[in-house]
Amino acid sequence: MTDLNTVFAHEPRVKTSLLTQDEHTKKRNAAERRFKSYGIAAVLIGVFFLFVLGFSIIRSGLPAFSNVVIGVELTLSQEEFDASEKELFKTKAYQSLFNAAVEKTVVEKGISVEFDNAAIERIMGKTGGTIRSHYRDTQSDLGKSVTFELPVASRVDGYMNGRVTRDTLQDSRFLKLSDLDLVDGLVEAGVIRNAFNWNFLTGADTGVDNPGGAGFGASVVGSAFMMLVVLCLSLPIGVAASIYLEEFAPRNKYTDLIEVNISNLAAVPSIVFGILGLAVFIQFMHLPQSAPLVGGLVLTLMTLPTIIISTRASLKAVPPSIRDAALGVGASKMQAVFHHVLPLAMPGILTGTILGLAQALGETAPLLLIGMVGFVARGYPDGFIAGFTEANSAMPAQIYTWAARADASFYEKAWGGIIILLIFLLTMNIIAIILRRRFERRW
Amino acid sequence: MPILWLILIVFAIAGAGFVLARARALACTGGEIRGLHSLPSYYGWNAVMKSLVPACGLLIVYLMVQPFYVNGIVSSMIPDSEIADGSSRNLMTSEVRRVAEGIDLAVTAQYLSDDHLNTVEPDILAITEQLKGAGAIITGTITPTILTAAQEYRAVTATGLVYITILVIGMALSGVYWAIRQISPAFRARNVVERGIKALLIAAASIAVFTTVGIVFSLFFNTVEFFRIYPFTDFFFGTNWSPSFSGRGGSSELGVLPLLWGTLFISIVALAVAVPIGLYAAIYLSEYASSRIRGIAKPMLEVLAGIPTIVYGLFALLTVGPLLISVFGEGGVLGVSWQGGGRAVLTAGIVMGIMLIPFVSSLSDDIINAVPQSMRDGSYGLGATKSETIRQVIIPAALPGIVGAILLAASRAIGETMIVVLGAGAAARLSLNPFEAMTTVTAKIVSQLTGDSDFASPEALVAFALGMTLFVITLGLNVFALYIVRKYQEQYD
Repeated sequence: MTDLNTVFAHEPRVKTSLLTQDEHTKKRNAAERRFKSYGIAAVLIGVFFLFVLGFSIIRSGLPAFSNVVIGVELTLSQEEFDASEKELFKTKAYQSLFNAAVEKTVVEKGISVEFDNAAIERIMGKTGGTIRSHYRDTQSDLGKSVTFELPVASRVDGYMNGRVTRDTLQDSRFLKLSDLDLVDGLVEAGVIRNAFNWNFLTGADTGVDNPGGAGFGASVVGSAFMMLVVLCLSLPIGVAASIYLEEFAPRNKYTDLIEVNISNLAAVPSIVFGILGLAVFIQFMHLPQSAPLVGGLVLTLMTLPTIIISTRASLKAVPPSIRDAALGVGASKMQAVFHHVLPLAMPGILTGTILGLAQALGETAPLLLIGMVGFVARGYPDGFIAGFTEANSAMPAQIYTWAARADASFYEKAWGGIIILLIFLLTMNIIAIILRRRFERRW
Repeated sequence: MPILWLILIVFAIAGAGFVLARARALACTGGEIRGLHSLPSYYGWNAVMKSLVPACGLLIVYLMVQPFYVNGIVSSMIPDSEIADGSSRNLMTSEVRRVAEGIDLAVTAQYLSDDHLNTVEPDILAITEQLKGAGAIITGTITPTILTAAQEYRAVTATGLVYITILVIGMALSGVYWAIRQISPAFRARNVVERGIKALLIAAASIAVFTTVGIVFSLFFNTVEFFRIYPFTDFFFGTNWSPSFSGRGGSSELGVLPLLWGTLFISIVALAVAVPIGLYAAIYLSEYASSRIRGIAKPMLEVLAGIPTIVYGLFALLTVGPLLISVFGEGGVLGVSWQGGGRAVLTAGIVMGIMLIPFVSSLSDDIINAVPQSMRDGSYGLGATKSETIRQVIIPAALPGIVGAILLAASRAIGETMIVVLGAGAAARLSLNPFEAMTTVTAKIVSQLTGDSDFASPEALVAFALGMTLFVITLGLNVFALYIVRKYQEQYD
């Protein structure tokens, strides 16, 4: 005891209080705050990325939904129609007729800007084809005055949307600086104006030279047919496989093999499924290239693991007492599963299926390999069966096609397509969430 | 569509069989259900099963075997002398098939008549013109050999169709007959039907196995084919990737190393973005955040995982690429002019990292939550602060699981396609500069298979070898990751 006392006697005990922090505690608390702020920063960065992504999609995509049109009344006589049909370049003939009408409007509206005929030609987009098909379809309009609202050239469109400014524009054979005065005059007169681009929602893809007329509608239809294939195959197969694995499978080597395969397939890169589709469905079975049927088959194989995993979870969530009760009143095992367990698990299964479909809807890489790009979907499929077997595009493939084109005007269309695709995905996810909220049962 | 009609007829027979068998079962006990072993509809389903399964099976076998048989006949009809330069027997055979389909089309559209085609010396040029008029896709002029082969093709197909129709319908009918003959009050229809359903369930579950087998076979055979025409040492150890675009091979150098390096480099950049952000976010959300913040922030992060990769690809190409140029490029904010073009390793890597954040964070979140509370309490009891507990107790305990999560994220990064196709560029090079454009295995699979080169050329077949490499790498990573995660789980259960 005396020794201890002498030891401590040399170092007088420093009186500290728990209310004041010493250096070491301060350091530890600072480290604590730092660590927490890293965590907050990480979450904020993630959320920030989400907002940047959303912002850039909306900002770049919205212009695709409006286009700049020129509205002009045109009266075409029977003689002019016949004369144009005899020309070698028929659409060109219609275009010059329309340009003449534009010129007349300019004079009528009293726009006092110097211009020549070539200037109007530069301002206009490709209009001849639309006019020709209009008159060929409705010949009764010949001789009457019809108001056409037709898209302007993509550079003028860019000028109106701020993509092209007077400073950046270089005189070229596509557009001269002086043409912009005429455009301004026409805008003031209300001849050139912004309109909602219905064609983008309903139309089909165009060639590389006409970004203004490109539409997304045909690829939406293509995706719909593809999703129909996926739904009709993956839901029954997925449910059947899950029922077997969850309710009937004995524990043996074969069951283990299936389980390992399913979990591995869920992690196989999607491009490998594309290779599978190319080799098996197109090279080996000779199914038609770029057809929604083949796309649907490939996506079915890809979504099956997702659907099986979520279906098994919802089958597992049905308590065993349900099965026991059914067996107790004399149902066979099959009847217990199909009459009692499956209906109770259905909301969960549907939720999983919708989420699987949403994943399949946005998948692009396998579609590239089965030829859904490089193909220009110029129209809607003509008929229900043709919808499955004829070449068509799909939403993500169409977006990729546009993004890969050299003309920057297509980028805007690609972003617009993304907005439509995301609206579909959002709707599907919301439906899944509502299903889960309304029908989920806690046992 | 005669095959479609055939299928409909078979279904109609099965439907009729159901009604008949059910009525017959009821009749044989005089309408007394309790006299039967099973419910009456089970007798009906028994009939459906016995008519549908063999008939459809036969039809499927026919549809798989028939093309090979007909192709064999057609290709034996083309003499070697007829095969033009720059063509092959396969191309000729498919030309014959196209002509035959064109003739079918033309005959149904009444552009052509069968009599006209069967004349001794048909006017080839006129027929070509007529076929084109009917909307058939024909690349060149038809030769007499092709025309006779096409006629033979049509004849064989037509007779085959007649035989198969008779056989399939006969099988469906005899199935119904068999089922009806079986009916007696003691017949255990339910057990038979349930055995059938169980077989169906097993078949559905086996599709996963067949898919794997399909993937392995389609990769394997084409890879073997590729190595037959291209030495595999050059493929695995070659440092130069420059396929010739003529499609006729010969001068292509197809070394996989630059592609593997590009894949690895981009994945490293992606993980350097995703792992710190994802891990810190997971730690914050599971240890610090109140349940309200967690309820908002976690779904928001997970939205990032639900966005299709094509969106990220476009984001890389059109937003991040130009942004990086304006920082690191010529005349940029830093004034360093390191980056020449928007497509670069950094562009693709950063965007891929954003995509992987939720992947890392939600997996790590689950793993951190699985660490028992008693370990935290013990650490707090010794006077450790929260961050000390996390760093010195929780992270070490969760480490195997976190490593597993990172490996899974790495496997996703390696297999990712759209971001690198749009964001990383097309030039294959071995370089350490992240501002340069590089390319990956996946991007090259896309570019080699979407061109119009012939499937037999090494330039197209190399894609299968690349796919095999990719498949093996991702599979290995996944198996390894799951092994680590499983091993970890055993510690606390």
